[in-house]
Amino acid sequence: MEKQYKITSAEGLHARPCTLLVSAVTPFASDVQISYNERSVNLKSIMGVMALGIPSGATITISAEGADAEAALEKAATVITSEGIGIEA
Amino acid sequence: MTQIKGIGVSNGIAIASAYRLVEPDLSFEKVEVADHVAEKNRFNEAILLAKGELELIRERAIEKFGEDKAAIFSAHLLVLQDPELKTAIEAKIDEGINAEAALEEVSTMFVTMFESMENEYMRERAADIRDVSHRLLSKLLNRDLPDLTTINEDVIIIAEDLTPSMTAQLNKEFVKGFVTNIGGRTSHSAILARTLEIPAVVGTKNATESGTTNEMIILDGSKGIVIFSPSTTEIEQYEREKKEFEAEQQALKAYVDEVSQDADGHHVELAGNIGRPDDLEIVLANGGDGVGLFRTEFLYMDRSDFPTEEEQFQSYKTVLEKMGDKPTVVRTLDIGGDKELPYLKLPHEMNPFLGYRAIRLCLDDRDLFRVQLRALLRASVFGNLKIMFPMIATLDEFREAKNFLLEVKEQLISEGVDVSNSIEIGMMVEIPSAAVIADLFAKEADFMSIGTNDLIQYTFAADRMNEKVSYLYQPYHPAILRLVKNVIDAGHANGKWVGMCGEMAGDPIAIPLLLALGLDEFSMSASSILHARKQISTLSKAQLSSHIDHILTLSTAQEVEAFVKQITQ
Repeated sequence: MEKQYKITSAEGLHARPCTLLVSAVTPFASDVQISYNERSVNLKSIMGVMALGIPSGATITISAEGADAEAALEKAATVITSEGIGIEA
Repeated sequence: MTQIKGIGVSNGIAIASAYRLVEPDLSFEKVEVADHVAEKNRFNEAILLAKGELELIRERAIEKFGEDKAAIFSAHLLVLQDPELKTAIEAKIDEGINAEAALEEVSTMFVTMFESMENEYMRERAADIRDVSHRLLSKLLNRDLPDLTTINEDVIIIAEDLTPSMTAQLNKEFVKGFVTNIGGRTSHSAILARTLEIPAVVGTKNATESGTTNEMIILDGSKGIVIFSPSTTEIEQYEREKKEFEAEQQALKAYVDEVSQDADGHHVELAGNIGRPDDLEIVLANGGDGVGLFRTEFLYMDRSDFPTEEEQFQSYKTVLEKMGDKPTVVRTLDIGGDKELPYLKLPHEMNPFLGYRAIRLCLDDRDLFRVQLRALLRASVFGNLKIMFPMIATLDEFREAKNFLLEVKEQLISEGVDVSNSIEIGMMVEIPSAAVIADLFAKEADFMSIGTNDLIQYTFAADRMNEKVSYLYQPYHPAILRLVKNVIDAGHANGKWVGMCGEMAGDPIAIPLLLALGLDEFSMSASSILHARKQISTLSKAQLSSHIDHILTLSTAQEVEAFVKQITQ
């Protein structure tokens, strides 16, 4: 299961947006990954996500696998759109 | 008595005994551990203990600095519990080494990775990882980090550096200031010192090795001076300065919500200069009437590629929304010359200040210019936007830039994008040619803003960074005053407002002159706004104007300065 987004927050996926997104998916049991530029990391790892250096305007993919995968993706979608982090691509 | 110098990053004076922050010895041996399970348990215990401590720190930080500044500790908590970090460390423990060594090897790897990134913001994150692993290590070794919350008498802290988590523990009631060996104006500790309004001096290199234990010290955060074991005379002198400073700060606060007007009720606008959306906070806290100069080149700096239209749009939108109805004057990209962008790859020039920069470059590279103008125009509906072009020398340049802006606007409208209909389009007057023919510009520009830093150096043909000729940087010189008068008169004759956005606009000697000449808007660094408002409230434009004819006949800057002092006494 996966979904694509375009990052619109001015600072890219750093600092506040990054903290929000990582905190949002951490409680889920599923394995949640974020991919950018053909590299994929654990979305529950703030250092992994920051190391991707995702700039504003980038297209990212969020995928989840596991029992609560659908709920995890939905939670990520809510945070991304409601906090002005990005829009569905 | 010993005196050392550093960088004053937060104004004010403190006199108190020194509190030397001693870090616990966190050294350890790398050893082999056979019981992997027990070692991993020990490691997980340490994470839990560190987590409890960080949560407490975050709560205190929220109380003291607000949610925004405490956000850093939410990030620290995530780093502490990062699954990748944990997995990597546990894998090392499984290889048979102790938790301390495993932690150090893994965190060093992450720190090195972040430090090697191009983006300045990411490089700074290395400090956060260090801060977190430091805390984790102290828990593993069972040697607690100093707890600054236990301080219960007046002190000035002296430390190698203050980590964000230490700064969050500072209790303003007892901690009167701090001195560090390392750091600069924009380091975490410096920013928080300004938020807390306690004096601080950083980057002293060797403060921790100066003086003796617990002696008195004097800290001057405005001048960046630290005096160890001061004499009674020095203490008395600084006590006086401290009282004066505090009284002045208190008196200035009364002007935050005051109207900017002279003693007769003549209105002027006192605005702030900003470089980034974050700078707005201090403009608003100082009661700025608007933003008179948004230097957009800062959005282009410290990065590896051009900011996208969307990124710029978000920055402009943030500023415009926060300013609301208050005017926001945005200067289009002023890059080139001494301000370099590595990714723009401009050829090296013999005379960068006279070369390919600002509007000259933008008119030549339309794709670059278009991105910024589109972002600005899209953001225009969110506030009171005014756009100005830098380094205009000829009417042709202004017309070309303005026409291009209108062309980009038409294009956006045809794409169905909302664009404000009331954007004023103006220019900077910073090249003498523009000041001389200001009457011609005033017919076509909606406003003019005088950029004195460049206007002065171009008028006197003197690079003010060159110490040998810096005596020629003379803002009160009649040559400058005549040019300024010419611009203001030309603007007013055509019903246009005229502003100023150089250092001169906030200068206490220049302010009476500019008021007399009829300047409408004074844009300065935010910290000067309240001084200027207070000063202007005591002056009378009408009265000062009666002296203008005489002032313009004076022959030197010294004569002008002396005369201003005499009539404003």
